[in-house]
Amino acid sequence: MKIHEHQAKEILARYSVAIPRGIVATTPKQAEAAARKLGTSVVVVKAQIHAGGRGKGGGVKLAKSPEEAKELAKKIIGMTLVTPQTGPEGRKVKKVLIEEGMPIAKELYLGILLDRQTSRVLIMASEAGGMEIEEVAAKTPEKIIKESVDPITGVHPYLARKIAFALNLKGDAFKKMIPFIINLYQAFVKEDCDMLEINPLIVTKDDRVLALDAKVNIDDNALYRQKETQTYRDLDEEDPMEVEASKFHLNYIKLDGNIGCMVNGAGLAMATMDIIKHSGGEPANFLDVGGGADEEMIENGFRILISDRNVKGIFINIFGGILRCDILARGVVLAAKKLHIKIPIVVRMEGTNMKEGHDILEQSGMDFLVAHGMKEGAKKMVEAIQ
Amino acid sequence: MSILVDEKTRLIVQGITGREGQFHTEQCMRYGTKVVGGVTPGKGGQTVLGKVPVFNTVRDAVKKTRTNATMIFVPPPFAADAILEAADAGVELIICITEGIPVSDMVEVYRYIQTSGSRLIGPNCPGIISPGKCKIGIMPAHIHKKGNVGIISRSGTLTYEAVGQLTALGYGQSTCIGIGGDPIIGTKFIDALELFQKDRGTKAICMIGEIGGTAEDEAAYYIKKYVSKPVVGFIAGQTAPPGRRMGHAGAIISGGQGTADEKMKVMRRCGIKVVKSPADLGKTIAKIL
Repeated sequence: MKIHEHQAKEILARYSVAIPRGIVATTPKQAEAAARKLGTSVVVVKAQIHAGGRGKGGGVKLAKSPEEAKELAKKIIGMTLVTPQTGPEGRKVKKVLIEEGMPIAKELYLGILLDRQTSRVLIMASEAGGMEIEEVAAKTPEKIIKESVDPITGVHPYLARKIAFALNLKGDAFKKMIPFIINLYQAFVKEDCDMLEINPLIVTKDDRVLALDAKVNIDDNALYRQKETQTYRDLDEEDPMEVEASKFHLNYIKLDGNIGCMVNGAGLAMATMDIIKHSGGEPANFLDVGGGADEEMIENGFRILISDRNVKGIFINIFGGILRCDILARGVVLAAKKLHIKIPIVVRMEGTNMKEGHDILEQSGMDFLVAHGMKEGAKKMVEAIQ
Repeated sequence: MSILVDEKTRLIVQGITGREGQFHTEQCMRYGTKVVGGVTPGKGGQTVLGKVPVFNTVRDAVKKTRTNATMIFVPPPFAADAILEAADAGVELIICITEGIPVSDMVEVYRYIQTSGSRLIGPNCPGIISPGKCKIGIMPAHIHKKGNVGIISRSGTLTYEAVGQLTALGYGQSTCIGIGGDPIIGTKFIDALELFQKDRGTKAICMIGEIGGTAEDEAAYYIKKYVSKPVVGFIAGQTAPPGRRMGHAGAIISGGQGTADEKMKVMRRCGIKVVKSPADLGKTIAKIL
């Protein structure tokens, strides 16, 4: 789950990770009051959306007075912010974070993530802060410091020192960096983060170390035990159809094509999208109805698929294991009738009780296109919508 | 021949008294798998499915049944604990079916497993089957056929697809392992490849990967160096958008890494016969054999 910058900073603050003082505002008036309360000569007005690159899109501005903060907030709140990560449609800004301005001496990068190769947590740091880490990795990989963490020991001071030395920190900044890294790791583990990125991490002219920005993703599988973080979910930042699907425990991701797909299992669902593409079509979505889909699941799946206006046909690809084909076929017939589906439906079923399933489709009196094998299914689907 | 599981496997099931656990245990028994016990804390002393004794702890089950494998059906919040208990009790092979275990739990589990004598398969996997000998997991038994193709896959139903194609063409399987769709799994492609290379009953290997991570790349380099048997590969998610998790927790292209194109390129370069269409898996393997 993605969360907002101000929420990420709330988490960091709980673990004594230094952050600039800041106040969230949803109106220009609140922004003005926040700037006044912070009392610094400069404040930063930062749009809160779930996407990076906000500065490039005009979502981060400096204000030299509370009045200016109000004016900037007026422009930013309600605007559709387009950044390299939002796609051309952009995101609507609903709130801003008003933060005290900082006398920046140095911008660094610090990230904590899961290293799948070693199955351990990895800390990455770089002196090239403020840039995308992928860009740094591509251009100057030698500038990236990597330290793998043994889960038994966690991060001890020696490991934090190694990183701080490698970042060429000195004096007070060096000293402050040690607890900063240790606490950040604590936050990562205890809050079940998937990814935690401080970019930039700044050293101020008076030698303080702070997280100027913070990007945190939470492991969806661990949300059940992160009660407070659950409340951070912002449905406005998600695709409305995906939100709807998640209510039915359907795994749905909207894409740009016109062939709706309903599949059981994530791997087969991806492979189905692939074979549609190879057959000259474009998938409209990824939809995994799960290993044990029942009639209700199928009806809900149909509902989601046809609510996408681009969908011109539906390809059902099910490999029945535990899920029996006759049950699936009955579900498809019922749902198609109930929802008055007029667009072509191609059904490819394999596995347990396949023959009974095909009989049910045939006897339904409806025009299902039955396919044998996923290749034939994809081909029939592409032809049907042409 | 086969790898990891066969007629000598003596299975226990952790979470045997749950609905899923009981259903699939019964299916495994019907296939001929020797299920010697189950574990549900607090329900020790009971008997399920007519004759299977239930124990309170894995340690008890090990003592009484001489088990050498466990299948875990425990809900995600308790699954890591169940894996650790099995490893601590010295069970050789741990197969965790559970989907949805928090990553931070698995970081700890993986570290512990490394130092133990146990092997973990999964989590978030369909299990493992050596056709005609032993089935541990949720895969539909009837699509399998005894033979000499080894299958390793990150996906469930897509594995069934490959198996179904092979069986339809008359080609059987030595062992099929679903290694799981999570970012941290106990047995990786490389581990399974090593076993298949050594197994005299396996003549060809089918490797089914997907987007996310670099496990397939690592496997490809390994194959080039150590695997002399022919390998056919497929990567699901060639059309998946970056930054989105495609159902499996591990299926995500992040920071431009883990795309299907990149993986297929590396695999081809390392001598793997990569098919672009999942419908071609069966016939490509058949051609080689």
